Amino acid sequence: MMLRDLIVAHMNRIASEQRLSLAPLTDDLVLLDSGLDSLGFAILAARLEDELGVDPFAEGEEIKVPVTLRDFVQTYENARR
Amino acid sequence: MHDDKGLSLRGFLADGEGLGEQYLCGVRDRVRLAELVSGTMLAGRLAELGGRSVFLKTKDHFSAALALVELDGVAKRIVLYPPCLTPEHLPQLFSNAEVDAVVHEEGEDVAAALAVPLRIAYSPLSPSAAPVPSHRYATEWLLLTSGTTGVPKIVVHTLASLTDPIKIRRRNDPTVVWGTFYDIRRYGGLQIYLRALRGRTSLVLSGASEPTSAFLERLRQHAVTHLSGTPSHWRRVLMMPANELPTLRYLRLSGEIADQALLDSLRRTYPHAQLAHAYASTEAGVVFAVEDRLEGFPASFLNGVGKGVAMKIEDATLRVRSRRTASKYAGSKEPLLDADGFVDTGDVVQRRGERYYFMGRRGGIVNVGGLKVHPEEVESVINRHPDVRMSLVRARKNPFTGAVVVADVLLRDQRDAGNRGKDVEREILDICRGVLPEYKVPALIRFVSSLDVAESGKLVRPNA
Repeated sequence: MMLRDLIVAHMNRIASEQRLSLAPLTDDLVLLDSGLDSLGFAILAARLEDELGVDPFAEGEEIKVPVTLRDFVQTYENARR
Repeated sequence: MHDDKGLSLRGFLADGEGLGEQYLCGVRDRVRLAELVSGTMLAGRLAELGGRSVFLKTKDHFSAALALVELDGVAKRIVLYPPCLTPEHLPQLFSNAEVDAVVHEEGEDVAAALAVPLRIAYSPLSPSAAPVPSHRYATEWLLLTSGTTGVPKIVVHTLASLTDPIKIRRRNDPTVVWGTFYDIRRYGGLQIYLRALRGRTSLVLSGASEPTSAFLERLRQHAVTHLSGTPSHWRRVLMMPANELPTLRYLRLSGEIADQALLDSLRRTYPHAQLAHAYASTEAGVVFAVEDRLEGFPASFLNGVGKGVAMKIEDATLRVRSRRTASKYAGSKEPLLDADGFVDTGDVVQRRGERYYFMGRRGGIVNVGGLKVHPEEVESVINRHPDVRMSLVRARKNPFTGAVVVADVLLRDQRDAGNRGKDVEREILDICRGVLPEYKVPALIRFVSSLDVAESGKLVRPNA
């Protein structure tokens, strides 16, 4: 599965678990306008780390905070390289 | 019995000159601080609450901010109802706090089923027609904090202990506008509320379901100069495309560990603001603020940090003694202070060079965006699933809330992990969602083949 699809699938699952409705997940979507809150993204990061074995936000690394969905996907793509 | 030397919220606002254009701002309404002195929400019924233990349940913290001015000094005790309190804990809570009166929003009495001698519905703030009852009590302020079994612990403060950390250089300073991401019904937010009243400055409060972008917009409209929140609040701000706060002069973090990456990001985003991360807890009060923009704190703090604050380290955890600590837990025999008057904060610290660093919490307590989660509480819920033999709940670090809860689960029949693992996982999560607030529900469940048990028979828990 493409990384973006995996991330979107996890976002949809978290939204349905928490009974939240998501905005259409376009690349330019601002993450905090997606419908997931901080806790939602925290859960997303934990599950992605579990599945991909990478945590791009691990302490000590200089990380640009992702603003849009594109940034978020890019952060994980960079971390997997 | 009026005591001029006694502290009271009305006293903060009533004495002296200079109350003018300072406001308490909510999402829709704003109220002049001067109106709080003479206003009433209880319309002549305030005297009935004299000497009672009052449970204050408001629809939002803005209403609580207004009602507190009236209740302080009149009630013997005020119990602050925080967001995400589970109603099933109310009977135990009422008994432990000896609640004998409820002040609630019209038509919204959460405790309607409980036997309480007096219930009063409040109205919107209006000018008082009746004389204000005199300030008679050094009211106890009861704050709730998460407990091991799920029933919140009730931490007893007074206005004196709560306001001791607040040093005001200049009252009525029209150039200062405070804002906070916190709910004022928890310790961190209450500090900012009391600071605004003590210093008589404007304060902008967030709305319960207000998006961060809308709150930032209001903070800009009100030209906020001083802003406080947890590291998780601030990370959320950094995730906003439009997060500029041109008038910001002071930026404060507390409630969670502030790591260097976050401090650096905030410094770059708000280069003109003074940056401080404070160490405080509901039980220990405000202990210190670190202003050198580095994570952790200087080892020299152990030799003395602020007037009347003593710290020591025992068993690798920080202990604190000061006039700012709470005095006790209500309705519990569990001591809050040790024989020497120290609060054991449970925060594990480690010295590296001339600095101490926070390493997490003893007992595996997880801090999710400033909210404490006791592993035992979540484990007991997971263990209700008939296929679960035992479970271990622990923290996993993440950049959005500092940590999330994850669970290692040992099944009675380990073959189930492979066969019907997905089903069991979903069932466990359903059980958790039925009784726990969302931040306590495990983000991740992992089936394991064993869990370490110490000789004492207890699960071996990692620190952080």
